[in-house]
Amino acid sequence: MDTPRAQSGLPTSSLILDINGIAQTVEVHPWTTLLDLLRSELELTGTKKGCDHGQCGACTVLIDGERINSCLKLAVTLDGAEITTIEGLGTPGDMHPLQRAFVEHDAFQCGYCTPGQICSAVGLINEGHAQGRDEIRELMSGNLCRCGAYTNIADAIEEVLSAQAGTPQREAAE
Amino acid sequence: MLNQSKTVGLPVSRIDGPLKVTGQARYAAEHFGPGMLYGHVVSATIATGRIRAIHTAAAEHFPGVVKIYTHDNRPKTAYRDSRWKDAVALPGHPFRPLENDRVLFDGQPVAFVVAESPEAARDAAGLVQIEYLSEEPHTDIVAQRHESYEPPVPRMKQFMPPPPRGDAEAAFAAAAHRVSADYVLSGEHHNPMELFASTVLLGTDGALTIHDKTQGSQNSCDYICGVFSLDPGKVVVKNSFVGGAFGQALRPKHQLFFAVMASLDLNRSMKVEMTRQDMFYLTWRPSCIQTVSLAADAEGHLQAVMHHAVHATSRHEDYQENVANWSGLAYKCENVKISYEIAKLDLATPGDMRAPGAATGMTALEAAMDELAYAAGIDPLELRIRNFVHRDQNQDKAITSKALHACYREGAARFGWAERSAAPRSMREGDDLVGWGMAGGIWEAMMSKGEAKVRLSVDGSVTVSAAASDIGTGTYTILGQLAAEAFDCPVDAVSVEIGASDLPKTGVEGGSWTAATTGSAVQAAAKAVIKTLLTHAQSMENSPLKEAKVQQVEIAEGRLVLESNHQIGVSMVDILEAAGLEAIEEHAKVGPDMLTMMRYASYSHSAVFVEVKVDEELGIVRVTRVVSAIGAGRILNPKTARSQILGGIVMGIGMALHEEGMIDHRTGRIMNHNLAEYHVPAHADIRDIEVIFVEEDDDMASPIGVKGLGEIGIVGVAAAVSNAVFHATGKRIRTLPITVDKILQSEAV
Ligand code: FES
Ligand code: FES
Repeated sequence: MDTPRAQSGLPTSSLILDINGIAQTVEVHPWTTLLDLLRSELELTGTKKGCDHGQCGACTVLIDGERINSCLKLAVTLDGAEITTIEGLGTPGDMHPLQRAFVEHDAFQCGYCTPGQICSAVGLINEGHAQGRDEIRELMSGNLCRCGAYTNIADAIEEVLSAQAGTPQREAAE
Repeated sequence: MLNQSKTVGLPVSRIDGPLKVTGQARYAAEHFGPGMLYGHVVSATIATGRIRAIHTAAAEHFPGVVKIYTHDNRPKTAYRDSRWKDAVALPGHPFRPLENDRVLFDGQPVAFVVAESPEAARDAAGLVQIEYLSEEPHTDIVAQRHESYEPPVPRMKQFMPPPPRGDAEAAFAAAAHRVSADYVLSGEHHNPMELFASTVLLGTDGALTIHDKTQGSQNSCDYICGVFSLDPGKVVVKNSFVGGAFGQALRPKHQLFFAVMASLDLNRSMKVEMTRQDMFYLTWRPSCIQTVSLAADAEGHLQAVMHHAVHATSRHEDYQENVANWSGLAYKCENVKISYEIAKLDLATPGDMRAPGAATGMTALEAAMDELAYAAGIDPLELRIRNFVHRDQNQDKAITSKALHACYREGAARFGWAERSAAPRSMREGDDLVGWGMAGGIWEAMMSKGEAKVRLSVDGSVTVSAAASDIGTGTYTILGQLAAEAFDCPVDAVSVEIGASDLPKTGVEGGSWTAATTGSAVQAAAKAVIKTLLTHAQSMENSPLKEAKVQQVEIAEGRLVLESNHQIGVSMVDILEAAGLEAIEEHAKVGPDMLTMMRYASYSHSAVFVEVKVDEELGIVRVTRVVSAIGAGRILNPKTARSQILGGIVMGIGMALHEEGMIDHRTGRIMNHNLAEYHVPAHADIRDIEVIFVEEDDDMASPIGVKGLGEIGIVGVAAAVSNAVFHATGKRIRTLPITVDKILQSEAV
């Protein structure tokens, strides 16, 4: 194997994770975080490491639809969980509405915080608390962006949020 | 200059955007290879002294550990300092990891653990025991200012103060209005979101492919070839995607050294990623103390400007930046005295951080201008207009363009500055005091030497290549736009190859010169391709372009045509086919025009207007509105350009209110080396920001009329915020950042 698998001679547990719609069995050490499992063992490098301490949000993924800092979650506790990473939201040829809105609004520069921002925004929308800009700002504050793209991030999320809020009415009218 | 525009100047979305938002863009740590080993750095826990002993036995026995390096067993490296000097090196002795037992700063790498997994390397690093002989550290710039000195070897001539003009002291003493104060800026840390990392992939033939977090792949490549005496033909450094840098990745970092060292020693591929904590031990914006004295006559015309700056450097290198010279050229004044010194501290060498020098010096000058406006009873914007200057008085040169009046006018109108009531504490909203402040910014518009290649293929596709970097700046996109413009094709028909050391020579990405330099090189190479096309077209039978000169032709809709009459021309495919060519590729080199540089100075300018709301009881300041008007020449892409300015403003707000590297001066150790305690602006800290690009035509700043945008956005922002805080509260806080305690403890004047 090219990548560091569980190291011999040290304890591991076997668990089943659904990652981006695909169920996989993984062997993990009890100390392996979900972030390290994704990034270095499964080579799903879309999820970023900015601090490894739960302070930046770059590692945000969705577990059963809820946003979480994957650097603070031990993989071994997640048997049976459904995990969605940025790779599971869309691809360059078929982007999620938030991914499209981020590109359109230039809601990033270096792009390093971006997967975390987008996963966090998906979680935010799922939570259903954010109605307007002030709430977006407040509830997205766990995701730092050192490039300072905040106003554009708010624009992108606001656009998708209001499009979604509009959807039911449109459907009802049809 | 290009005159008509189909893509250049339009808000094109980033061409690398879809890769970034889908997690497909790979950064330095995100590459894999067979047999990879992982490294972890052990950092010193004293600020100055010596290592008495390093005990590695426990760590060596940790499962998965391959080798532990210390100064006792590190492989041989180059002896001479010159081999360790990278392109951005400073006067002094460049830092060499594991050189000897000497500790020069907190967090210095003192051992390096290699293991089969990153966790094993990290855990074993925790088992390395080090005994130190600690000495007394000096890390406080305020305490060490009396030990400051003029840098004996200037980093750059322009960083040295200009000779004094007139008699500033006498003019100061005689003037109607005077202000003089000390301004202190805390050390700041760049904290790009991506951690420093290097992945070294060992090829079967011993060649190295290195993915490095750097602002200059060629700089990293030259550095390691020098240090390890490697054949440059066998090393490629790549930085296709860089997760922010802001100057911190200009110079090669120790993870690159360690990754290459261990890879060569162990004959394995290697990956080394720093921790967030490690990133506080490197390159930082130096703490700085400045004294600014300004005097004006009764009408507010400046009579004297004096600016003295002292900032930190390390024991082993003389870091220098242009802090104070801006004060000699920002406004019209005949009596000017500028001085600049540095002081050695037991800390890592500081380095360039977004608008190095200007962000610091202009903050002090523009705060002092606000103080002078109040002393003279003149509106702060009006004071600046009265002292407008059309020449660079420091160098006695004309200025290529200066649309600063337009910045003042358009910025003020958009902000509503005319509605401002002058007296401090005179504006309120509910329980909040409201303050409006403004400041100006300057940054040097630079162009350096650079090269690029452009290739036009028979299928109409265009490839642009240069060893430039995109650190979030939009380099991919603007180069694509420039090529698309030259060949009249859609931007997505252009592939942009940057971020590798084996591409045409380009300097490091810094100082806002990439667009001007690489952009001009791409334009020149594209013109060369068109010239070659024309030559081939002219050798075709019955060529309608027989008599055409290269200045008279252009590409339109896939044809090489006469500019004056698009009916006359030949299709590019026909030209290439007739010539029997698959493609035409041309290489171009550009550099600043020496004659222009002798006669002109070139700067970008800004005027930034800020509203704050201050809850005085809690001491909390919120920046509720910012309008920044920028004069920076031609804007290639208003979408990415705006983002660069937004980023600068956000970092400027951080400088004003949040960012403070805290050192325990008793131990010389950094106390807040994490993102929870070193505050960078979070989303909720940032409200409305408006960016205005004023019209500015400048074909002297660079061949494509570009001045650069990476730095100007931050300059002046912290001053505008602190001036707004004064207007809101009547409290003049001259030590940044303006934190709750300072608001609560100071008295309104
Ligand atoms: S890497 Fe998980 S919060 Fe920063
Ligand atoms: S885009 Fe660079 S940190 Fe957010």
